[in-house]
Amino acid sequence: MPAPIRLRELIRTIRTARTQAEEREMIQKECAAIRSSFGEEDNTYRCRNVAKLLYMHMLGYPAHFGQLECLKLIASQKFTDKRIGYLGAMLLLDERQDVHLLMTNCIKNDLNHSTQYVQGLALCTLGCMGSSEMCRDLAGEVEKLLKTSNSYLRKKAALCAVHVIRKVPELMEMFLPATKNLLSEKNHGVLHTSVVLLTEMCERSPDMLSHFRKLVPQLVRILKNLIMSGYSPEHDVSGISDPFLQVRILRLLRILGKGDDDSSEAMNDILAQVATNTETSKNVGNAILYETVLTIMDIKSESGLRVLAVNILGRFLLNNDKNIRYVALTSLLKTVQADHNAVQRHRSTIVDCLKDLDVSIKRRAMELSFALVNGNNIRGMMKELLYFLDSCDPEFKADCASGIFLAAEKYAPSKRWHIDTIMRVLTTAGSYVRDDSVPNLIQLITNSVEMHAYTVQRLYKALLDDISQQPLVQVASWCIGEYGDLLVSGQCEEEEPIQVSEDEVLDVLEGLLVSNLSAPVTRGYSLTAIMKLSTRFSSVNRIKKVVSIYGSSIDVELQQRAVEYNALFKKYDHMRPALLERMPIMEKSATNGPAEIVQTNGETDAPILDTKHPPNIPQPISQANDLLDLLGGNDVVPVIQTTAPTKPASAGGELLDLLGDLSLTGGPAPTPAPSVPMSQPPFLLDGLTSQPLFNDIGAGIPPMTAYNKNGLKIEFTFERSNPNPNIAVITIHATNTTEVDMTEFVFQAAVPKTFQLQLLSPSSNVVPALNQGSVTQVIRVLNPQKQQLRMRIKLTYTHKGSPVQDLAEVNNFPPQSWQ
Amino acid sequence: MQFMLLFSRQGKLRLQKWYVPLCDKEKKKITRELVQTVLARKPKMCSFLEWRDLKIVYKRYASLYFCCAIEDQDNELITLEIIHRYVELLDKYFGSVCELDIIFNFEKAYFILDEFLLGGEAQETSKKNVLKAIEQADLLQESQPEDWGGLANDEIL
Repeated sequence: MPAPIRLRELIRTIRTARTQAEEREMIQKECAAIRSSFGEEDNTYRCRNVAKLLYMHMLGYPAHFGQLECLKLIASQKFTDKRIGYLGAMLLLDERQDVHLLMTNCIKNDLNHSTQYVQGLALCTLGCMGSSEMCRDLAGEVEKLLKTSNSYLRKKAALCAVHVIRKVPELMEMFLPATKNLLSEKNHGVLHTSVVLLTEMCERSPDMLSHFRKLVPQLVRILKNLIMSGYSPEHDVSGISDPFLQVRILRLLRILGKGDDDSSEAMNDILAQVATNTETSKNVGNAILYETVLTIMDIKSESGLRVLAVNILGRFLLNNDKNIRYVALTSLLKTVQADHNAVQRHRSTIVDCLKDLDVSIKRRAMELSFALVNGNNIRGMMKELLYFLDSCDPEFKADCASGIFLAAEKYAPSKRWHIDTIMRVLTTAGSYVRDDSVPNLIQLITNSVEMHAYTVQRLYKALLDDISQQPLVQVASWCIGEYGDLLVSGQCEEEEPIQVSEDEVLDVLEGLLVSNLSAPVTRGYSLTAIMKLSTRFSSVNRIKKVVSIYGSSIDVELQQRAVEYNALFKKYDHMRPALLERMPIMEKSATNGPAEIVQTNGETDAPILDTKHPPNIPQPISQANDLLDLLGGNDVVPVIQTTAPTKPASAGGELLDLLGDLSLTGGPAPTPAPSVPMSQPPFLLDGLTSQPLFNDIGAGIPPMTAYNKNGLKIEFTFERSNPNPNIAVITIHATNTTEVDMTEFVFQAAVPKTFQLQLLSPSSNVVPALNQGSVTQVIRVLNPQKQQLRMRIKLTYTHKGSPVQDLAEVNNFPPQSWQ
Repeated sequence: MQFMLLFSRQGKLRLQKWYVPLCDKEKKKITRELVQTVLARKPKMCSFLEWRDLKIVYKRYASLYFCCAIEDQDNELITLEIIHRYVELLDKYFGSVCELDIIFNFEKAYFILDEFLLGGEAQETSKKNVLKAIEQADLLQESQPEDWGGLANDEIL
């Protein structure tokens, strides 16, 4: 059998291969030769074969059949064999294979070998890839070597111990005695690895941390010597003495000084010294300064030192070296919470970094910019951030847009600015905006009541330009649906109102429905918007036509909506205006939807029209009907109500907003439902045309006392709902003449089947004693058949510690309330 | 440090040192991804990038990329110095080192690395001491031809 070819020869041969296939062929041939050579148990050439195998493994070819051979090499007495064997073990074996455990005995022997280089090989292998089992078995040997006077072995043992501790943390205790005089070593290798070991122990155990705090003075001394001592050729790097050791010591000081006043005090001086004296022309000096800054920030340093640190970072920001700038931005991000003002001083430099070419720097600068935005600099910062949004890579746009929204929400100087900013984001990065921003924006727009006309106008103009960005289109169609009447009437105060006709608006919305660019969700938005306009525009017939066309749409969601809206036109036209009214101001909370309540019909065959809300807003939860259980009877219609009280401002307040929006704008009156009976009491008509406020209308109907028992008195006052005279609006006023408050007060009501009842949130659930205040709640009763109004009420509250419950019938409604 | 990779501008791996236990498949996947990411970087970009939950520090020396993966609390700038120190050691050992030296003498490159780093941390901060140790170990390899069936020291591999 000729000798196996030599390693370098093989490498040379393989490199001549011109194709992947050729290379594979060579490798396969050689692997076969190596395999048969292994089979012959040849001791001379084993290490040559394993070395070749390792080369082929690096090229990506399988080499598992060499694992056992590595073990044989390790067991050999020849140093060359051991060297290649251990290298093979580190490359081919890992703790997932049981084979590696066979190494344990060999390593144990080699740890006690007479030659330090063999011991070194064993320590290195154990410290690199030793499994937990191996570490457990050999920890004792490592600990022994940690105490040796041979610095070559001691430094390796220290790092090996670090690995053992990482794998088997319980063994940490056993290394404690050996650490006693590690720091008194002169040898830098031992010092460096000892500091690493101490750092590992302190990070893992608070007890160790307190134990080692006493080393702070010694560490400070070592650091001082490094800085003050003259040129030492052995450890010098660009004029700095052993920067690796300096950095490690600074890191250990950071851990020891954190949260501890005394230690922090002891290291103040040396930190200041390092911070001011370190040469900054080369990377190595900056590496030390960087570590120093991190340490100053983490410990309880005095303010002068902290300012020094932030200033160092500020200088870093101006450095030509982009690595330094990157590191500065990262550190500033960590300290911006703690030292906000100091970081603010460098704001303009940070904002400049937004224009850097490097992606990582841009990202850091963006995060930091958002952290620095406050009420004072919002206008300037937003200009820069919007410019950044325009020009940045797509990977940034989503985060940047979200950040801008958040900042705008927190610090917007005016509503108009806020809406303008949002518009700008939607038009520049509209397709990258997060999904949840659509409902958030809608909520924001709804709540900026005075800006509705301006907002809808701007959104409409944006739609004319571009309908491809879905979030923008969704928000725009929602707004047009809500405020289309303002758009058409040319109401805008903030800017020149545009002239647009109802047909033009409907053209745009219908265009969204048919466009290929529109997502299904967007189509849903625009169909709903078109439907809402049926109560705001006069071209109802056109809308009816559109809605009926989509009744046979392939998209199930659209189809369902269209069918339900069709039903609204046909069977439930009397309900349409009420259902499609303006949205009230929404409560801002993550979990609840709008404060409005959905009413359900007692009859089950009518579809539940919940699609008038934008899909992202969750429906308010409907309550169980215990009233139905209690009162029984088929003539009672269940009532849905919420138990959460609204702001005490005004219980009828929501209603006011709804009506106020409709009547105060002076826009075209919503088309009355065709089925409204023409006969109306004359005083109501007067109320409609002359005074928009419903209070005047309601003045015609006298209030009544519905309930008066045990000190609790409930009065009903009446208003007529404009525009639908079939809806009576009753406000209950609950007062308490006793000396004790009535708490957990809940009012419930039920009406006969031909009526429909809607109960809005009460102003509070405490009826104060001695008539000091009242609880108000609004009830809206729809009475299309003009029947006599009857009501059953149930009251529950807690009085003087005990719960009280009562039922009553209210039959004494004045005729004007239901005729 | 979790691992160090050396690769050429064509993406060929020249050295891989792993300080965390991973299976072969995982190592190959990480290597492939990282090589692709680093090679895609433009020359003007900084030497650091975030990858998964690690920080990657890389530097190019002639035709070789030296790439280290460090943890969150490690100092990026000093890692650059570590890479530089390793290159200096190779340079001193091979005498003006180039990629070919590392290709044909990969086992020696590993030996030098193992005298400089252990378990991902520097074990010796003196250049002189590392080189001395390698020198001594190399001398130890010199043995009688009888032990090697008549082969001289430089004929063994």
